[in-house]
Amino acid sequence: MAVETSRRAFLAVAGLLGLAACGSDTGRGGSAKGTIQQWYHAYGEDGVQDAVRRYAAQYPGAEVEVQWNPGDYDSKIVTALQNSGVPDVFEAQVKVDWVRQNRVVPLDDLLGDARGDFVQTLLESQTVDGRLYGIPQSIDTQVLFYRPSLLAKAGLTPPATVDELLEAAERLNADGVRGLFAGNDGGVAVLTGPLLWSAGLDFLDADGTGPGFDDPRAATVFGKLRDLHTGGGLLLGSPTDWSDPGAFVEGRVAMQWTGLWNLPKITEAHGDDVGVVAFPALDGSGTASVPVGAYSAMVNARSADVEAAKAFVKWLWVDKTDHQAEFATKFGTHLPARASLAGATEGTVKQVARFVVDSGRIASPARWPDRANTALSDAVSRIAREGAEPAGELRAAVGTARSEIARLGK
Amino acid sequence: MTRRSALAFWLFVGPFAVGLLLFTVVPIGWSAYLSFFDARNTVTPSEFVGLANYIDTLTDRAFLDSLGTFTVFAALVVPTTVLLSLGLALLVDKVRVARAFVRSVFFLPFACSYVVASLVWKMSLFSGLDSGVANTVLGWFGGDPQAWIGTVDPPLYWVVLTTARLWLQLGFFMILFLAALQRIPRHLYEAAAVDGATPGWQTFRHVTLPGLRGALVAVVALNLINAYQAFDEFYNILGDARGYPPFARPPLVYLYYTSLGSGGQDLGRGSAGAVVLALVIALATLLSGRLFRRRA
Repeated sequence: MAVETSRRAFLAVAGLLGLAACGSDTGRGGSAKGTIQQWYHAYGEDGVQDAVRRYAAQYPGAEVEVQWNPGDYDSKIVTALQNSGVPDVFEAQVKVDWVRQNRVVPLDDLLGDARGDFVQTLLESQTVDGRLYGIPQSIDTQVLFYRPSLLAKAGLTPPATVDELLEAAERLNADGVRGLFAGNDGGVAVLTGPLLWSAGLDFLDADGTGPGFDDPRAATVFGKLRDLHTGGGLLLGSPTDWSDPGAFVEGRVAMQWTGLWNLPKITEAHGDDVGVVAFPALDGSGTASVPVGAYSAMVNARSADVEAAKAFVKWLWVDKTDHQAEFATKFGTHLPARASLAGATEGTVKQVARFVVDSGRIASPARWPDRANTALSDAVSRIAREGAEPAGELRAAVGTARSEIARLGK
Repeated sequence: MTRRSALAFWLFVGPFAVGLLLFTVVPIGWSAYLSFFDARNTVTPSEFVGLANYIDTLTDRAFLDSLGTFTVFAALVVPTTVLLSLGLALLVDKVRVARAFVRSVFFLPFACSYVVASLVWKMSLFSGLDSGVANTVLGWFGGDPQAWIGTVDPPLYWVVLTTARLWLQLGFFMILFLAALQRIPRHLYEAAAVDGATPGWQTFRHVTLPGLRGALVAVVALNLINAYQAFDEFYNILGDARGYPPFARPPLVYLYYTSLGSGGQDLGRGSAGAVVLALVIALATLLSGRLFRRRA
């Protein structure tokens, strides 16, 4: 009898536990009703996390909970958007698929008079079919950092063409210092865009309906990347990647392609001995360029309260210009997304701001599909790293890109 | 009584059966279902596409390359693991002092996380800097520093991937062999000695090796399955925030990027790839099973 009772009791307890487990599985992560969940990727610069938590705490309209996401943030967001109402507000770059599947809501009505104040190419990069889906938070850009003293010693001037860049990488390669660092994949990921632009090409063609690199010049320019790889001046296998200033700061390379955001650490290490140039042109029919990208604030269409989420985005990323200015300029170096906030820049930052205005190109257009991007970067990798024949590799990438872009146009 | 034992049966088996159903059977079925749909960024697709995902997968060069990568990896890692772990087991078996200590020393790496080992291999042992451990050793012999992970021609990254895998798993397979060695009856060795077998190769070939047959089959099978499941060290050594290079991409890494990567999650194509892989593995298992049966 005693055994019987305890078995019943066990069953009852187990049943209750099971019910309780089901009950908490609401997908809202147990947050209080009315709380806005906001996600950021983990910014590498000190102080950003404190700042965004402070902004959220100051919002008078609702309780805002900030989640900081280290690791593969982009994949995490894609997964979250599939079936979840969390996060309500997040930073990302607009994808056409999200718009087609109604995962995100248009935000045109939040801008009001401020629309003209935002950098127009940035707004365009977050616009699909004439509607805006993300409010740019700040501008990120990448430039070529170099050590003027080392260039002078080698009798070189800052590279103004791709060939000069190749020559500089080789000649600066001396005394244990390598010529150039552009990531451990040798620039495949970060230089593909700048190389296309340097030859007067682009990811997409002028009207955005097909690939923009179906051209023999693409083979030529990626052949240059192969030359860079075989030239011996490239640093590969660094413990840190292109987005970290480590290799340049520690003096292991004379030139590094990296983000402007690293400027404070670089200046701290090398003082005045720092120069910047945009990625040079291949020849007269291409242009120098810097890639421009921006995480934008977006609103999840499945949010429990879309209007409250939009109101918060408007408050933080449209109305609170003091927060926006601090966010863009105080931690690492970014450029503000709005013309009215850009006035105070000087020195190297001013120079780079000039590059962005003159030759900024959208690093990842919303209409450029990920699968097309994978096909292109695989092709570039095989050309540059394995010495594959450029024309054939690019033909395959053009084919994939064409069908993927056509699919998005549906 | 029968009712009560039936109740007991379901009480004990029920939770596991439910778990199995919910987390294994349903996902497998769902994945098969998804493989016939255009399931980009969704698990509840509506657009039926028939066999398009399968055709897409089987004509995708990256997928076929991934099968090649798995084959190369298995060819590198399975024979070396079998030989080295057997060698280690024979040596440790001969040790007379501090045996437990020696055994633990070789077994210890197995307790290390693949991710941690991958990062140590990538950032310290095989970093491309002149000060990296591998490059320092190379320097003693007058070699030029190499970018181990970044070098495709010759494919030095295989050195990094294979040594990491060997270091991590040798100890485990050594223990399996050690257990099998100690189960070979001593009197067989005595009988062999009486019959005039010389210690060393002859004894090893005709007494030890036949005694290890069962362990050998198990080690090879486990090793092949492990090689097929390779993901951690590939992803952590070769991948970065921007993606994964087109070489040395094993099947699971390929499927991960297709169906879960930041590049527009294509669950339909990913599921089709998973089904194809499952069929390939099932076929290989059936074939090897038949092969062993015929021999036995």
